[in-house]
Amino acid sequence: MLLIRCPYCDMDRPEIEFRYGGEAHLVRPENPDSVSDDQWAEFLYVRTNPKGLHAERWRHIHGCGRFFNALRDTVSDRFITTYRASEPRPDLPETMA
Amino acid sequence: MKQSFRTAAGGRIDRTSPLRFSFDGLTYRGFKGDTLASALLANGVHFVGRSYKYHRPRGILSAGIEEPNALVSVHRGKGRMTPNLRATEVPLHDGLEARSQNNWPSLGLDIGAINDRFSRFLSAGFYYKTFMGPKMAGTTLWTRLFEPIVRHAAGLGARPVDPDPDRYVQYYDHCDVLVVGGGPSGLAAALAAGEAGADVILCDEQSELGGSLLAEARCGIDGQDAAIWRDATLSRLMQLPNVRLLPRTQGFGLYGHNLVGLVERMDDSGPAPGERPSQRLWQVRAGRVVLATGAIERPLVFSGNDRPGIILADAARIYLNRYGVRVGSRIVVVTAHDSAYRAALDLHQAGITVAAICDLRPAARGALPAEARAAGLKVIEEAIVDGTRGRRRVSGVLIRAGADERVGQAMELDCDAVLMSAGWTPSLHLSSQARQTPRWDAERQLFLPGGGNSGIVSVGACNGVFGLAEALAEGHAAGCASTGQAPGRHFAVTGDPPQTGGWLGLQPGDTDSGEAFVDFQNDVKAADIELAVREGYRSIEHVKRYTTTGMATDQGKTSNLNALAIAARALGRSLPDVGLTTFRQPYTPVAFGALAGAHRDALFEPVRHTPMHDLAAAAGAVFEDVGQWKRARYFPQHNEDLHAAVARECRAVRQAVGLFDASTLGKIEVCGPDAATFLERIYCTPVASLRPGRCRYGLMLGETGFLMDDGVFARLDVNRFYLTTTTGGAARVLHHMEDYRQTEWPDLDVWLTSVTEQWAVVAVQGPRARDLLAPLIQGFDIAAAAMPHMAIQEGQVAGIPARVLRVSFTGELGFEVHVPAGYGRALWQVLRQAGEGHRAVTYGTEAMHVLRAEKGYIIVGQETDGTVTPQDLGLAWAVGKSKGEFIGRRSLKRPDLVACGRKQLVGLLTDNPAVVLDEGAQLTASAHPAPGSAALGHVTSSYWSAALGRSIALALLAEGRARQGEGLFASTLSGSVPVRVTAPVFVDPEGSRLHG
Repeated sequence: MLLIRCPYCDMDRPEIEFRYGGEAHLVRPENPDSVSDDQWAEFLYVRTNPKGLHAERWRHIHGCGRFFNALRDTVSDRFITTYRASEPRPDLPETMA
Repeated sequence: MKQSFRTAAGGRIDRTSPLRFSFDGLTYRGFKGDTLASALLANGVHFVGRSYKYHRPRGILSAGIEEPNALVSVHRGKGRMTPNLRATEVPLHDGLEARSQNNWPSLGLDIGAINDRFSRFLSAGFYYKTFMGPKMAGTTLWTRLFEPIVRHAAGLGARPVDPDPDRYVQYYDHCDVLVVGGGPSGLAAALAAGEAGADVILCDEQSELGGSLLAEARCGIDGQDAAIWRDATLSRLMQLPNVRLLPRTQGFGLYGHNLVGLVERMDDSGPAPGERPSQRLWQVRAGRVVLATGAIERPLVFSGNDRPGIILADAARIYLNRYGVRVGSRIVVVTAHDSAYRAALDLHQAGITVAAICDLRPAARGALPAEARAAGLKVIEEAIVDGTRGRRRVSGVLIRAGADERVGQAMELDCDAVLMSAGWTPSLHLSSQARQTPRWDAERQLFLPGGGNSGIVSVGACNGVFGLAEALAEGHAAGCASTGQAPGRHFAVTGDPPQTGGWLGLQPGDTDSGEAFVDFQNDVKAADIELAVREGYRSIEHVKRYTTTGMATDQGKTSNLNALAIAARALGRSLPDVGLTTFRQPYTPVAFGALAGAHRDALFEPVRHTPMHDLAAAAGAVFEDVGQWKRARYFPQHNEDLHAAVARECRAVRQAVGLFDASTLGKIEVCGPDAATFLERIYCTPVASLRPGRCRYGLMLGETGFLMDDGVFARLDVNRFYLTTTTGGAARVLHHMEDYRQTEWPDLDVWLTSVTEQWAVVAVQGPRARDLLAPLIQGFDIAAAAMPHMAIQEGQVAGIPARVLRVSFTGELGFEVHVPAGYGRALWQVLRQAGEGHRAVTYGTEAMHVLRAEKGYIIVGQETDGTVTPQDLGLAWAVGKSKGEFIGRRSLKRPDLVACGRKQLVGLLTDNPAVVLDEGAQLTASAHPAPGSAALGHVTSSYWSAALGRSIALALLAEGRARQGEGLFASTLSGSVPVRVTAPVFVDPEGSRLHG
C-alpha cells in the first residue's frame, strides 16, 4: 500500500484514504466552442501515459477532501512529491525517477 | 510406540515433556520442541504422502518452509481442519491429529497410484491435449465421464467444510527497522539497530529464533559455541525495550513503500477457543527493511530422486542436531556442494554409518572433503546416480563412478536414507516483490537481489553471503546503516571453512533423466520440461504454466532453479537470458481467516439501513441489496409471491395510494452566493431560471456528454439548493461536483454538503395522495392551486418538521415528504395509519420499477451505460438550449454524438402479451440472424404490467424513434420472439394523472 503525503494536511497517509483523479495539468479550454472537434476529443480522451514521472491528480477523499497533484514514478511506484492543486508542476529532472 | 530413531541425548527438544500425537490414525510419541516432521522421523516414518499426479510415495524432503512433499491436514475439532500444512512447520503438541493427503482409500493402498504405471501417457500438457478443444468440450463424454474424474483428482488436500470458529486479529504497526529472518545475520542486524536505539521488529517463522544456529554443532562465534552466542544475543535483544521479537511469524509479502505483511501463529500449543486469537496478521510500515531470509538447499535431479528416505543433506543435519533424530542408520550422501560434507560428518559422529559420499564434481578438494576423508569416510568423485531402489522407502542407490561409461564402474550402495545437495538458492522472494530485479552472478551461478531501493537491504545467505563470519558482519553493518552509524564490527568465527560447489538442473553427465523429478509437489519431471521446449515453448513463464512446475503451494521453492536450468539447456540459452519467473506475494500460503480478520459474517461489509428499516422488516418486507443499502423490494401479504405482491402494489398505487421508503436517495445541499451559477454549469438542465419554492428534474452529464446521473433539484432560497441523486450515484456525484468546484472553478463561492443520512424520505404516490396527506399538513397548503407539480414547501407534517416536494416517479399525483432522519420511523407510522382510510399500500423497489417503466421514466445505469446522451433517451427537452457553459455541452456537438444510427430509447410490446422478455435480450430484424451479424439494440427494462394486463419493455434501438410500429425479434433462451416497437410511454401518455 502506497504512502501519500497530503500537501494540505501535511501528513503521510495510507493510500486507502485517497482517490486517484487521473492526469494533472490538463487545461479545460476557456471557450470550448472555439476548439475543433479533434482538439476537444484530444482533451477528453488522450493522455500521456508516461513510463517514469507522471503528474497526476489525487483527492484526500477520506481526509480533508481536497484535490492535489503528485509526481509519481510509474516504474517504481514512488511518489517524488505532492503539491497543491493551484501550484505549477515542480521542475524536476527525469533522473529523479 | 518407541522412538527408535531418536538419539540418546542432544538436540533442543525437551525430553522431559513427552507428547502423544496421531498420524493417519496411528498414535506416536514425540517431545516438546519437535515438529510433526521431526517426530515422525524419530518414529522411523519417512513415507508421509502421495504425489499429486502419479500418486508416488513421497517422504519428508526438508526441515523447513520449502517442504514440497510432507503436506498434511491437521484436525483440531469441528471447523478446525487445516489442509496443506507442511509437517516441517507444524509444531508438535499433545493430542495433535494429522492426516496424509492425496490418497484414497489410504496412504498404503492407493488407487491413484495406477497413474504412475501409465506415467508416460501423463506427460506435460496431457490434459490440454486430451480433453480440450471444440470436439471434446460440452460433449456427454466430457461432462459425464472425464470432467468428474479430472475434478476428483484435481487439487491438493480437501477444503474445510465447516465455518472456522477461531478468531483472527489484525495489527497495524510501524517501526524504524524491520528484520525479516532470525538467523545469524538477522540477529546481528537487530542487535546493531536495537543497541543504537531504533524501534526494531525481528520476525522469523520458526518457533525459536536463531535460524541455522539452532542446528549448528561445529562453529564457534567470538569464542563461544554458536548456540551459546545465540542465547546471549537473544537475552541482550530481550533486554532492549525498543526491540520486539516475533517468533512463529512469517514475513510473507513486501508491498509498496515498505509495507510488510506478517502472519503470526498464536496456537502452536493447540486450540484455545475464545481466549487467544488463532493467528494475527501484521501490516508493518517500516522505515528500513533488512531481509535476512536465508537460502534454500536444492535437490539433485537424478532418476528416482523422489523416494521416501531421500532428503536434503542439511535437513538431515538439522534433524540430528536440533531435534535429536537420525534420518536413517545407513546413509549415502550425493552432493555437488561442500556443505553436504558437514552433514555427513555430523551424522558420522552421531554413529550413523555413512556408506559413501558420492560427489558429482570431478574433484572434491575443499577443507570439508579433506576432513571427511580424514575421518575415514569413503568419497567417490565424478559420480553419477543411475537410479534408486525401494518403493516406500529408499533401500539402495545405483552409482557409477566416472562420467565416461566405459570407465564407469556401476555399484549398488545399500542404505535406508540418502542425503542430497545441489547447493544453495538465495531466497529472493521478498526483495524481488519489492521490484529489486534479481541479477545473475555468473561465477557462482546464483541469482542475487537487485538494487534500486535503498529502504530495503538483503544480508547473509539471501544476499549470497554464505560464510558465517561474513553473514554476521553484513547483518551487523546493515543494522548500523539503518540507524546512521558507522558500519559494524568483526565476528571471530571458528569451524566454518569455506564451502563451494553447486549444480543446477539435471545431474552432470546424465543422458537419460528417466524418473528424475524437478518439482516434487506438482510431479514435474526433467523430461516434461524438455518436452515443453520441444513442443515450442520459449518463455520460462509459458514453460511454467504448461508443465505446472513451480505452481504448487510451495511455489517451486526447491524446484525453480533446476527447472530453469533444464529449460535453458534445452533452449540452448543462458539462464539469465531465459530469466526467472516472477515472485509474487505471498511467500507461503496465508490462511483466509488471517486475511479476513474480523471482516466476516455481520462485519463482512458495512450495511446501511434506512430509519424505517425495522418497521418494513416487521411488516414482512423482502429486502434487496442496492449498493450497501438494504431496500424493501416488496411487501408480500398472505404468502404472496413476488409477482402477486408487485401486481397488487402497482394496482393500489394507480387506483388509490402507495407509500414508498425513498430515504436512500442521495441528497446534497448546495449553498452560497454562486450556488446557482455553479449548478448551472453542473446540470445540463437550466437552473438559474428556477424560482425559490420550485423543483426541476435535472440531468447531469460527464464532460464526454453522456448521462451520468439524474434527480430532482429544489431551490429553497436564492442561494440554497437541495439536490437528490440516484441511490447508487450519491458519492460519485458529490465527488464530481467537488472536483469542478475545487479545481475548475475555485473562484465560485459555493459550498457542497452531503445530507443523504440527514433526511428520511417517504414518497406518497397515487390519486389519493393529497387526500391522505392534507389532514396532516401544518403551516402550508398542498391544494393543487397552491402546490402545483414540481413545487416544494417547508412546514410540518403531523407535527414533524418537513420539506414536501410535489414530484412523481410513478406518473401519479405524488409527493415526497422529507423529514430529519430521526423522525423517519414516526413519519412512516403516521402515514401508515393515515393511509388506512385510503386503501393505502406500502410498496417496494420492484413495484417502483414497474410503475416508472410504464411511464417510460429511465433509471440511470439501467437505461444508460455511460454511452447514452439525453437525445438518445428522448430527454433533449431537459437540456438547456439557451444557457451558457455546462459540463458536457461541447461534447453533445461532437460528430459521433449527432451522427445517424445512434441507439434511442423505445418501448417494446411482445406479440404474445404473456411473454416477459429478458433484460439484456438482443434485438434483431430477422428471427434467425446470420452468425456474426450485429444486433440492432437490446432490452434495458422488462416487466409484467398489471395496469395493462400484459408485458412491457424498454429498449435502446438503433434509429429507434423512426422504427415505431416496426416488427423486430428479441432473443430469448428458447429462440427469438416477435416484438413491436412503440413509444416508451405505456400509461397516461398525456400526463393528466400527474397534474391531478
